[in-house]
Amino acid sequence: MIIGNVPAEFIVQVDRERCRRCKRCVLNCSFGALSFADGVVADHRKCVACHRCVAFCPESAITVVANPIAYKENAHWTPEVRGAIWKQATTGGMLLTGMGNDRPYLSYFDHLVLDACQVTNPSIDPLREPMELTTYLGRKPNSLDLSYGMDGEVRLATELAPQVKLETPIIFAPMSYGSISLNAHKALARAAKEAGILMSTGEGGLHKDLYPYSDRIVVQVASGRFGVNQEYLEHSAAIEIKIGQGAKPGIGGHLPGEKVNQEVSETRMIPVGTDALSPAPHHDIYSIEDLSQLIYALKEAIRYTRPVSVKIAAVHNVAAIASGIARAGADMIYIDGFRGGSGATPMIVRNHVGIPIEVAIASVDDRLRQEGIRNSVSLIAAGGMRHSGDVVKAIALGADAVAIGTAALVALGCRVCQKCHTGNCAWGIATQRPELVRRLDPEEGAQNLVNLIRAWSLEIKEVLGSLGVNAIESLRGSRERLRGVGLDERSLRVLGVKPAGA
Amino acid sequence: MYRIEAHGIPYKRLNEMLREAADRGEKEIELVGVNGQRYLGSGIRSRVKITIHGVPGNDLGSFLDGPEITVYADGQDAIGNTMNEGKIVVHGSAGDVIGYGMRGGKIHIRGHVGYRVGIHMKEYRRQVPVVIAGGTAGDFFGEYMAGGVAILLGLDCGPGERLTGDYLGTGMHGGVIYLRGEVDPSYLGQEVAVFDLEPQDEEALDKYLQEYCQDFALDYENVRRARFIKLVPVSSRPYGRLYAY
Repeated sequence: MIIGNVPAEFIVQVDRERCRRCKRCVLNCSFGALSFADGVVADHRKCVACHRCVAFCPESAITVVANPIAYKENAHWTPEVRGAIWKQATTGGMLLTGMGNDRPYLSYFDHLVLDACQVTNPSIDPLREPMELTTYLGRKPNSLDLSYGMDGEVRLATELAPQVKLETPIIFAPMSYGSISLNAHKALARAAKEAGILMSTGEGGLHKDLYPYSDRIVVQVASGRFGVNQEYLEHSAAIEIKIGQGAKPGIGGHLPGEKVNQEVSETRMIPVGTDALSPAPHHDIYSIEDLSQLIYALKEAIRYTRPVSVKIAAVHNVAAIASGIARAGADMIYIDGFRGGSGATPMIVRNHVGIPIEVAIASVDDRLRQEGIRNSVSLIAAGGMRHSGDVVKAIALGADAVAIGTAALVALGCRVCQKCHTGNCAWGIATQRPELVRRLDPEEGAQNLVNLIRAWSLEIKEVLGSLGVNAIESLRGSRERLRGVGLDERSLRVLGVKPAGA
Repeated sequence: MYRIEAHGIPYKRLNEMLREAADRGEKEIELVGVNGQRYLGSGIRSRVKITIHGVPGNDLGSFLDGPEITVYADGQDAIGNTMNEGKIVVHGSAGDVIGYGMRGGKIHIRGHVGYRVGIHMKEYRRQVPVVIAGGTAGDFFGEYMAGGVAILLGLDCGPGERLTGDYLGTGMHGGVIYLRGEVDPSYLGQEVAVFDLEPQDEEALDKYLQEYCQDFALDYENVRRARFIKLVPVSSRPYGRLYAY
């Protein structure tokens, strides 16, 4: 104990006058921070600021505050840095964390602004005029051939590659059953079906309860191949080869045996209690040619009936990699920026590896256009999309659609406490503990998600109207409608955006 | 027996023909003149018997879910990729990444196999995948194995020829590897150790090898007589102590 007691991160304050001693907070705390002994007693060190007690106290008697304890001020050796060293010195382990990169890196989204119509070009009123958000994901042909029948009728002669229709250019990001609960998966699947968008299994297989929604589900094939068989591939709207994840580019995944209960075991098709290790690389993919081989292996297995996507993390050389993926035969490329979330990731990787999604979209879109193959793939951008403004900017930078993971979980009650990896999620999201999973009602969750998608879609229509365009397609890659504020010249060049005022 | 002349037919068309035949209920299909077409047998969920003359291309039987495939030639890479059910018998040698992520069914290779064979094989309930190669294997045999059985026989090995390559069973956390012969300890991955066979191992080997020898008309007694060793992981949680929560 040479380090002694490390100061708590948060302090739980219970207003004793307001408290009616109903113990609801104690029952709700899944981290064991609250107990009852002649009044609510808090073990501050165990509090993670998930706000479950705060949200469910009928008397609003609980507050959680940051521990005001003073550390000798030091801009370099922050309390956080010191705390990490203490933890590692006592455990010898890699620091594990959940959710996306929380460091204050520059947000390009926050330095981009949108254009609007004034006087010379009329805006459109989305309340009166039809506004098209429908998006088709999949390979588009280089040209269209038409045939003219004897009856004078014109027909499309070009054979189109399979497409997935989205009612709005937003999909739910892949999050595996195992990393999140079955109720969370059910909420996502129901919402995807109702909103006409997609959810994705992540790499943990597809639970049979989700089969009714399979025409709205992307099934992932990752290095561990968990839950992947012919039946799985056939219960899908699209198939995705997972190469990387924005929160942990280049490293594998590891679902500890403790989280592999009966249901997770059945879905991943591995014995109960065994570790589910996803190797860092797919051991059958060491080149673009190998990737192409797997893409076509999947297309053959489903007889070319669905698009195949490849998901990568945004890294330095993302443009060249994306070009290779497009040429390898993928129909969609999913790019996950460095703010993308995770159920469990070494903090060192999450906080320091990868590049922002904004620059990745711009450079990939540029490269594919230069090479004349932009039409051959749909681009899905993800990694920290917080609101419809980010969605619109991502599409203006060149994405076909965006994926939301963290935002969807927040709609289910998530407070972004970053403790997903502990499996103790008080909101029933990132946990397999049955008493916690029960807290998340899939139907109410689905409704929240549908509401969120509806709200963002309305906002997108509003913005499109102000831009004077009546279809999301007209905004795609239209970087002329963006301007940079406070960005240096080189960043602007990478983004392909002019500075504000120019 | 339904016969398809495969020579020069692109793989996409050939697979369509194969699936059409399987879909209309053919029980036995013979492909002749196969010259490198990929993905043969993929996307079929019946127990159809497919006989292949000529060398099939990569990913033979990928995601295989029922069919029984026999190849009267060498095979190439990625045979039985993520295979779920069925059987693949190759009368020659085969390339790299055989049985990757395989969950069920059997792969019998008469000759040698290349690198990364049996990687991340896994088992689930009654599904216990089995890969047997008659010759030698390259590096990374059984890497990351999470379940199933991988057997290497070293038949027709020349003097001084190595049975396996390096990194044998690296990262292995389930399943079992049986080797007919010895292994240089320096080739072993850190996560595995060599053990003698228990009675239940002998029993399992009898069963696997009888079927294997029958497939290739080999003298079972002769194959079985030699000494076998067993490789199993020393821990089912090789990566349990990596993290601080």
